Amino acid sequence: MKKLINGVDQIVSEMVEGLVAAHPDKLRAIENTNVIVRADAPVQGKVALISGGGSGHEPAHAGYVGEGLLDAAVSGEVFTSPTPDQVLEAIKAVDSGAGVLLIVKNYSGDVMNFDMAADLAEAEDITVKQVVIRDDVAISNPDDRRGVAGTTLVHMIAGAAAAEGKSLDEVEAIAQGVADNVRSMGVSLAPCTVPASGKPGFTLEENEMEIGTGIHGEQGVERRELMQADAVTEELVQHVLDDMHLNDGSEVALMINGQGATPLMELYIVARKAIQLLKDRGIHVKKTFVGEYMTSLEMTGCSVTILNLDEERKRLLLSGRE
Amino acid sequence: MELSAAVMKQWALRINEKMQEHKDKLSELDQAIGDGDHGHNMARGFQEAANKVNDSSYDDIGTMYKDIASTLISKVGGASGPLYGTAFLKAANAWKGRDVLDSEAFTEGIEAAVGGIETRGKASFGDKTMLDVWIPVRDEMKERGVDTEQANKTAAKEAEATIDRVAKKGRASYLGERSKGHMDPGAFSSQLVFEALAEVYKEGAS
Repeated sequence: MKKLINGVDQIVSEMVEGLVAAHPDKLRAIENTNVIVRADAPVQGKVALISGGGSGHEPAHAGYVGEGLLDAAVSGEVFTSPTPDQVLEAIKAVDSGAGVLLIVKNYSGDVMNFDMAADLAEAEDITVKQVVIRDDVAISNPDDRRGVAGTTLVHMIAGAAAAEGKSLDEVEAIAQGVADNVRSMGVSLAPCTVPASGKPGFTLEENEMEIGTGIHGEQGVERRELMQADAVTEELVQHVLDDMHLNDGSEVALMINGQGATPLMELYIVARKAIQLLKDRGIHVKKTFVGEYMTSLEMTGCSVTILNLDEERKRLLLSGRE
Repeated sequence: MELSAAVMKQWALRINEKMQEHKDKLSELDQAIGDGDHGHNMARGFQEAANKVNDSSYDDIGTMYKDIASTLISKVGGASGPLYGTAFLKAANAWKGRDVLDSEAFTEGIEAAVGGIETRGKASFGDKTMLDVWIPVRDEMKERGVDTEQANKTAAKEAEATIDRVAKKGRASYLGERSKGHMDPGAFSSQLVFEALAEVYKEGAS
């Protein structure tokens, strides 16, 4: 294992320290936790948004803490959900009385820990709602789908809605609307190494790729012979579109997300093809994101995310922060 | 069959020793069908639980296991933290106020633990999870009373049986058919829990 770290056990706490040290005007950490909150939290009268999960997905989620986005991010160990007490600390730190929305990716660990935290918060008379993101179409049963890069679009749109002063119920409905209308699919060319295990999560030959990978260095649903960028993009886009009800004239946001070790150059090659494919189908791309939004350590590969936009989502996304 | 507070304390400590000893194997199993950190997380969590138990003295087994449960819930994270934490928390409730457990009382705890894992994890027997081990062990205890050696054997056999199953819950389920051929890491860590029980009971009884 070759990593720029000081020790497996300090990775998350040192990352949190670094983030806060680098951006002291915007962020602060809650003592004895790996919770990062907006420096000015709690923001009076505003619904607070919290997301989190295992670390290793940076910039998700700590990188989304800020004005118009998240109020707090809770970082667990690498690829391991944070514990309920940490989530509770985050809830307590950001609640201004307007309520808290938890944005949770659909992994059994995340769902369980955030659920337990929500119960604990309710016991302290804080109103908490949850939206569970399941955008990964690689898994066929919609209930079992993982939350992947599409989660960050929920941060942006729900974040913009909360910044406008909308109520908890309204922000929850908007976040749920994004969750219901966003789909993603990924491909990996090389695995990543979870520091605690020290070895790559799977091995791929020079000429192989893994289709349908999640964001935890876990294997995908199918191993295939490596194809050229256009063919891979076509496969991902088609898979995503097959699961959506888009018509000629539909408006969407598109995200080409790097998994951690993919050059931006390659991501733009994928973006080029994806935009062209959508255009051919008469779908209007109102906003395109290309870059790293939800990574899997140093995994090589990318995911394609498409969000069906209605007027409200479009307005919030175009006016909001990234 | 009786388990004293002293033996119950040894059980917790022995579980920790087992998790440390098999840390790498647990992670390897997890790597095959999950993300490869089960050993690390279990070793970290149970070490904290063992420290907690060592630093305190207990007459009440319920209080002791409540402390173990809260430590696991707050230190492990992932899915195993809430699942093992909930299991021991439910058992602790059943063991509240007792300084010794007879077969019936111990079984009540295990029953409550299994109920907790089922509710929290929404899994059933055969889904290739820790429940594949816990459910048969519970059933045997309910039917025939607590026989720790038998529980150990059943746990080992049932953990082995997860190899041929397709995972229906947790991260391994994303692999579908490809999850076959690997033992479920949660089933193996559960096997270690009952292996530890058989050992400390035998030592306590002799």
